Amino acid sequence: MSATLLRTPLYDRHLGLGARLVPFAGWEMPVQYDGVIQEHRAVRTDAGVFDVSHMGEIEVEGPRAHELLQGLLSNHLDKIAPGEAQYTLLTNERGGIIDDLIAYRLERCRYLLIVNASNRETDYAWLKAHEIGGSDVRDVSDEYALLAVQGPHAIAKLGLEPAPRNSFAEVQIDGVEAMANRTGYTGEDGCELLCMAEDAGALWDAVLARAIVPCGLGARDTLRLEACLPLHGNDISPDTDPISAGLGFTCALDKEFTGVTEIRRVKEQGPERRLVAFVMTEKAIPRQGMPIEGGGEVTSGSHSPMLDVGIGMGYVPSARAAPETVLTIDVRGKPRRARVVKKPIYKREG
Amino acid sequence: MAAADSYPDDLKYHPEHDWARIEGDEAVLGITWFAQDALGELVHFEAPTQGSHTKKDSTYGEVESVKAVSDVIAPLSGEVLEVNQAVVDAPETVNEDPYGAGWLVRIRLEDPSEVDTLLDAEAYKQLLAEQ
Repeated sequence: MSATLLRTPLYDRHLGLGARLVPFAGWEMPVQYDGVIQEHRAVRTDAGVFDVSHMGEIEVEGPRAHELLQGLLSNHLDKIAPGEAQYTLLTNERGGIIDDLIAYRLERCRYLLIVNASNRETDYAWLKAHEIGGSDVRDVSDEYALLAVQGPHAIAKLGLEPAPRNSFAEVQIDGVEAMANRTGYTGEDGCELLCMAEDAGALWDAVLARAIVPCGLGARDTLRLEACLPLHGNDISPDTDPISAGLGFTCALDKEFTGVTEIRRVKEQGPERRLVAFVMTEKAIPRQGMPIEGGGEVTSGSHSPMLDVGIGMGYVPSARAAPETVLTIDVRGKPRRARVVKKPIYKREG
Repeated sequence: MAAADSYPDDLKYHPEHDWARIEGDEAVLGITWFAQDALGELVHFEAPTQGSHTKKDSTYGEVESVKAVSDVIAPLSGEVLEVNQAVVDAPETVNEDPYGAGWLVRIRLEDPSEVDTLLDAEAYKQLLAEQ
């Protein structure tokens, strides 16, 4: 394994737990501890914790921070007040998605953006290049660690009070200070705990001591796929627009931001293709890059631990995007049937 | 999952991490403990059809975990007499018992002399140690 891979502050703890470590976006990250499927089920039925400290944190501050971000991010920042966060997109002139991220409004004139590890440098360079007087953009990723605690029992096991989705507050977990944001990437209730890098070990230990199961990036991927949450680099990219990807809800088309003209045009004319979710009706596991008959391609595919079938997402011509449409996927030369389903693919009852 | 690694002495091994149990002019084939551990929990076995033929050193099926797909290499040439339906229905059987309930196919040998080219347990363990 390359010596140049980065390690989170929890690296030694992952080793101690017997994690299988793999390279991911330049980081050496746990893909699983005891097994992807049992970790996945722990999050769906109880509570699990993921080290996502590889994700980037970019702070934007200053009297014109709001104005800068309003012009660069797709969602409307007037919708959130200090103490609230928002899922939003960083878009290019063509209306393509440079990254999807969560914007925390820390103070009226101070934001923290939590971005994908693989796009940290690109995002920072883009923001820095567009900086205006009265706004200061800083990459503060190395100062922080991030733990995602997810599952129906996550909040109760952490001893936190119920709070609205996308709100955040300072909390203490067994004496360790963190910021808890009610969000996640699994389709379950839970939060993401942002703490100082030097506190990561103590926070991790406190979370595990509360009988929360350590989970790797393998389960994170199957969970987000069942929930139909897009993965940047797979399902969305600088070459895909938000409307085709089903992310129109993140785009405030009544304000001006980079690429809005093109996004408005796609919205008005209707996209030529759409990102759909599908479930295999024949035994097979779809994988990224497999062709879909009639024009289209699988962008994410795996096995659903909850449904015990192959599932995926992919772009298909809009005429073939309606639920119940039968798709034929080329699984290494063998045609295998799938059925378009309404998103999400899996949602827990109740 | 079968917790500890094991390589029974009564089996023959192929360097691509497959095993064969010779039973007269037939053989039962599967993947080794090492192979299933490297893949993780299996979720799919793309099996050959009954009556098709395996060719030594060539792919006769695929096994998939959540994250990966792997070809299954035939240690011996033969006609497929039986596919283990229990593994098709519940692929994790391979993780639980790779040499027992987790066998993949039974074949009729087409060239019994091929058996001599396979590794015994000691030689296979040596190969793993060198990797």
